[in-house]
Amino acid sequence: MRYIDYMQLNPFQKFGYNFTQFFKKLPGNLARFFKFLGRAIVHFFVAIGKGIAGYGKRFVKGDIFVKISYLFFGVSNMVRGQIIKGLIFLLTEAAYICFMIFFAWNYISKINVLGTAVVGGVEKKIPHSLGYVAKVEVFEDGFPVTKFVDDSMLILLYSVLTIVVSIIFFAIYIANTKSAYKVCEAKKNGEAIPGFKAEIKSFFDEKFHITLMSLPCLLIGCFTVLPLIFMILIAFTTYDKSHLPPGNLFQWAGLNNFGELVNFAGGDAKARTFLDLAGWTIIWAIFATFSNYILGMIVALMINKKGIKLKALWRTLFVVVVAVPQFVSLLLMAQILAENGGALNQLIEMITGSHTPIKFLNGTALSARITVIIVNIWVGIPYTILITSGILMNIPADLYESATIDGAGPVKSFTKITLPYMLFVTTPYLITSFIGNINNFNVIYLLTGGGPSNPDYYNAGYTDILVTWLFNLTMGEKQDYKLAAAIGILVFIVCATLSLITFNLTKSAKDEEAFS
Amino acid sequence: MIKSYKLRRGLANTIIYVLLALLGIIWVSPLAYLIIQSFSADPEAIPQTLLPASFGFDNYAKLFTETSSLNFPRWYINTFIIACFSCVISTISVLMVAYAFSRLRFKSRKKFINIGMILGMFPGFMTMIAIYYLLKAMQILDAKQILGIPGFDGPILSLIICYSSGAGLGFQISKGFFDTIPRALDEAATIDGATRNQIFWKIILPMSKPIVVYTVLTSFIGPWTDFILAKIIAGDKVDNYTVAIGLQKMIDVDHKNTWFKRFLAGSVLVAVPVTALFLKMQNYYVEGVTAGGVKG
Repeated sequence: MRYIDYMQLNPFQKFGYNFTQFFKKLPGNLARFFKFLGRAIVHFFVAIGKGIAGYGKRFVKGDIFVKISYLFFGVSNMVRGQIIKGLIFLLTEAAYICFMIFFAWNYISKINVLGTAVVGGVEKKIPHSLGYVAKVEVFEDGFPVTKFVDDSMLILLYSVLTIVVSIIFFAIYIANTKSAYKVCEAKKNGEAIPGFKAEIKSFFDEKFHITLMSLPCLLIGCFTVLPLIFMILIAFTTYDKSHLPPGNLFQWAGLNNFGELVNFAGGDAKARTFLDLAGWTIIWAIFATFSNYILGMIVALMINKKGIKLKALWRTLFVVVVAVPQFVSLLLMAQILAENGGALNQLIEMITGSHTPIKFLNGTALSARITVIIVNIWVGIPYTILITSGILMNIPADLYESATIDGAGPVKSFTKITLPYMLFVTTPYLITSFIGNINNFNVIYLLTGGGPSNPDYYNAGYTDILVTWLFNLTMGEKQDYKLAAAIGILVFIVCATLSLITFNLTKSAKDEEAFS
Repeated sequence: MIKSYKLRRGLANTIIYVLLALLGIIWVSPLAYLIIQSFSADPEAIPQTLLPASFGFDNYAKLFTETSSLNFPRWYINTFIIACFSCVISTISVLMVAYAFSRLRFKSRKKFINIGMILGMFPGFMTMIAIYYLLKAMQILDAKQILGIPGFDGPILSLIICYSSGAGLGFQISKGFFDTIPRALDEAATIDGATRNQIFWKIILPMSKPIVVYTVLTSFIGPWTDFILAKIIAGDKVDNYTVAIGLQKMIDVDHKNTWFKRFLAGSVLVAVPVTALFLKMQNYYVEGVTAGGVKG
């Protein structure tokens, strides 16, 4: 369609056109995304190549002190008067070497087998601590004796840490060679070499971003990226209750854990649980997302309808539910729905006079699942009202007016105008809340705790979704860490893909706007 | 014709009023039940009727006097301490990152923004269990009385670290706000000889009061409402609980028969301040949720 044709459409047709275009373009956008990914990878390797070339060039072109700086950090800086800066480089090198020899080597040298020495094994008699990573107190002939053993968990954790530290150290090393070469050139050209004070000052002016970013980056690296790598690695080991360090060790297990999860033909409880819970998780996420979305929008439309008074009151009635901490409202709901002494059962008894309480949460699988979805509607609709109110007001009123003149009732104008428009505008929000529901730990855990339990499942109940199962496996009786980590990775992959698609869509939408 | 149209509209509005009133009652009644029953002075531990026969402040008083098995005041203080610390650290790191991304131009800025956005999209749940091992291995988790301060145990410090460490990823809203401040101000200040550090503290921050307030409030509310991370970190160390897991403890199998009404009272004590703070910043909240998630 040419631009001129597009301009002649009425607003509603424009929305329809955009809406279909959005899905037509989806494959193209995805292809673009993968192309972008490919280009990024190529760029990455080109950058590495350039880095190596620069590294060599600086070595060849620099004088003897620059060459020494390649082995002993900061020499070039010190010779040219930047004593403190040079010393900092040198100390960093010394610290790193000490870290490697006295701490990291113990762990990273055992990464291939994750440790050998255990209590009761042959190696327990070795009396010194070097090379062993954990101390345990054991009783021999009634006396406490300290033994030095391996601890697979610590080996794995500190090895990851060592790798991260090494990467940072490598970056400092490269910075050191650059700095060494820079002062060498400056000296050659007779330029002034900035003193230490000037360098510090520059961290509050032209290099201010480094000062601002380093602390948050460090925190995110330590407590977001590092745990992520660690958790991914756990999924490829045999870490569980019977391999609990320091008493026992665990080993690398390759893809065994994933194999157990998808071994549907084998009749294994784990695979069956995984299949069933994955199915329920998807059903749950779809119902929870769309029921909240559509019902919330209807309520928002009712509140915002022309001629309805006391809008602020109606809005506040619902928003209060959002404002109350979710765990409070969910724990409360679980109590209200309880079989014995639950308020809802009391109410039903008052109205109907029946004395058999309804088992909302602990009856059959179906009733528990429906109850969970309904309670989620109670929790979730106010969010939708809060978020969609503003967008709903932006739908051009003449669309509704012309629809009414053409004889469309409220239902028709909702399905033909409101829904398509809102779907088009809030697709990213929908995807985000879909991901949120896949990971909706609170609603399930605080309402039913996964129950009613199913003896055929591997440590799970009928309303458990994958993340609550993961939580139970780690924190409950089973302590099956390896399986939990494997489930985590699978959920993570699904969510990450959805996240990336959202990200790409939002970005492309913005680009399109810039284009027009 | 006009008459019937008016009639129809009136009828439609009446139906809507009835529906809204009905829904409003359904939505608010559980909370009303919570508040009313928390003032119940009935002898039964678990309410047997929808409305209590007598009212009093017993449940609230017991919450603060009978602290031998479950120490609610201590949980309240724990949560308050965690909230204060993580509020300060998170606010500082969010504002720093947002300022760097919004006002400073440096190499690979775009890359950092993209990485930050993608990392922020990943559900935090996945890393929590690994954080637990990490803190355990670092021997923070089981520490007692860090720096000799009584009550400042490992889980408290761990939770402060957890809540504030990822805060830098939530830079988008603040960045959006900083972007709206005219750059001419920065340039004028630079010409007058101000460094970027001074511009941040003396020009941008004083102009960004609303967004600072928003960041402070969200990061303060966070620890009061978080459940799962606190549950993982605190485990069975009852003294180091936050209010969220503490309240859950009150209605577990062992305690429900004596603590149920005190659970209701405790919930009110937690919900009232949080609700008040939230209602104060609800407009920002909508902007925050829709910032990355809605087109147009």
